[in-house]
Amino acid sequence: MIEIDRVSKAYDTRVVVDDLSLSVPEGAFCVLLGPSGCGKSTILRMINRLAPFDAGVIRVGGEDVREVPPEILRRRIGYAIQATGLFPHWRVEDNIATVPRLLGWPRRRVRDRVEELLQLLRLDPETYRRKYPHQLSGGEQQRVGVARALAADPDLLLMDEPFGALDPVTRLALQGEVLRIQQQTKKTVIFVTHDIEEALRLASVIAIVERGRLAQWGTPLDILENPASAFVAEFVGGEGIGLHLLALRKVADRLRPDETADGEPLPSETSLRDALAAMTRRRTDRLPVVDAAGRPLGAITLGDLVR
Amino acid sequence: MRVRDALASPVLWVGVLFVALLVGMPELRPVFHWAFPAVKEPVFERTSFVALWLSHAGMVAAASLAASIIGVGLAVFATRPAGRDFRPIVNVLATIGQTFPPAAVLALAVPAIGFGPEPTIVALFLYGLLPVIENALAGLDGVPPAVRDAAEGMGLSPWQMLRDVELPLAMPAILAGVRVSVTIAIGTATIGSTVGALTLGTPIFDGLAGNKLPFVIQGAVLVALFAILTDMLFARLDRRLRALPETPFGR
Repeated sequence: MIEIDRVSKAYDTRVVVDDLSLSVPEGAFCVLLGPSGCGKSTILRMINRLAPFDAGVIRVGGEDVREVPPEILRRRIGYAIQATGLFPHWRVEDNIATVPRLLGWPRRRVRDRVEELLQLLRLDPETYRRKYPHQLSGGEQQRVGVARALAADPDLLLMDEPFGALDPVTRLALQGEVLRIQQQTKKTVIFVTHDIEEALRLASVIAIVERGRLAQWGTPLDILENPASAFVAEFVGGEGIGLHLLALRKVADRLRPDETADGEPLPSETSLRDALAAMTRRRTDRLPVVDAAGRPLGAITLGDLVR
Repeated sequence: MRVRDALASPVLWVGVLFVALLVGMPELRPVFHWAFPAVKEPVFERTSFVALWLSHAGMVAAASLAASIIGVGLAVFATRPAGRDFRPIVNVLATIGQTFPPAAVLALAVPAIGFGPEPTIVALFLYGLLPVIENALAGLDGVPPAVRDAAEGMGLSPWQMLRDVELPLAMPAILAGVRVSVTIAIGTATIGSTVGALTLGTPIFDGLAGNKLPFVIQGAVLVALFAILTDMLFARLDRRLRALPETPFGR
């Protein structure tokens, strides 16, 4: 569990973080969301003490981060950033092995762990182990960056806009990987982004940050349904909130059981947004719904989407 | 294949030419006789060229080694949090060392240290400091901020950061500075002969004083070849350094 308790930081007279409190439960995927310069990166960097703070306490697993020597603290927390920061003079395997080696793991264990992580990030170990960062594409570099952050199996992972510089297709793929890994390993993730779509796709909880303050805190659905302020409503999409809501809900939520319709059926796990897209493309207002095994469950109509 | 590569390398041929002239200059007596019939003893023979070169190279090595160690040390210090305030002073010191003409350093050093190789080494050291400091600073500044951030965020200590990240990444730039410094020192060391140091400049100054052009040519050609050969060896070292990356954490 990560507790940020009344933390503030000012540079001269400019307040970057203002009396901010936040507690992230274990195993949560927490996204810090806000516009550029709102202080969300600073908050993230305070957790592993890359950024100083003037007042308040930050506790990781009950331990005040200022009571632990910074190097020891950081080796226990995974850290991935947008520019990857891969060491250009080290091979992929050495980059991934950074923290395990700092922790003095035996050679054998480091080697096995590197192999395991390359596979976890879907990079073929034999192909990638010996490459240098400059020989990789942007997406591959970021996969290595994530593998490196996970290397010593930290309970907490800090990610600072890790996919901000990637093209949309690569970004979507990496979001999928991170979500899958997080769900498999139940690690706590704190993830900074300014991209609302990315936040909705990944987050179990979202903290919206506005000028160094916490503007709202809740599940993606909470925030879309009940924006706490005009700022939040505007930031999460204004009228576009409707589409985000469709993306979060499933066909199963709006199903008309036992009714039927013609055409190619939708799986019940389809999002309402994809259902809308399917209806629009097929020029129909009614589609049949099936379960994961393909058994008919019922139907959904255009009107159900917006009910 | 390897033999062919070696034979095709200009380093080898410049090296062979240099050693041949160093050892075999007296054998060229007939050539110099023919070219300069007016000069009675056309080959410099007061001291052997090998002895001159050893003394010359020794002074350059001592001065450049000291300039490299102290120059890199100052650059590292000036880029640490504790030393950041001293950075302008380090820059100024290095620039003063460079703008002070070596001849003036010699003139000032002789009364303090006396004649011989020592004042020459001091002059070469001061003169060679600037390229090392400037390049080392550029190299250390050139470490990408994201790499520093990631290194710090993963828990490298300041010392590990310097040893495993900053210095290896700055090494090509540092080497370039040392290369400039050494090459300049080889040329500049010749003036040490004016204060009693034995260098390849000795025949040059003897030749100028005694109006013996062949001496000047012999000294100048050897100094030039020595400088070119050294520069070529540095170029080779640089290529090797870029091709062979570090293994992390000294393993």
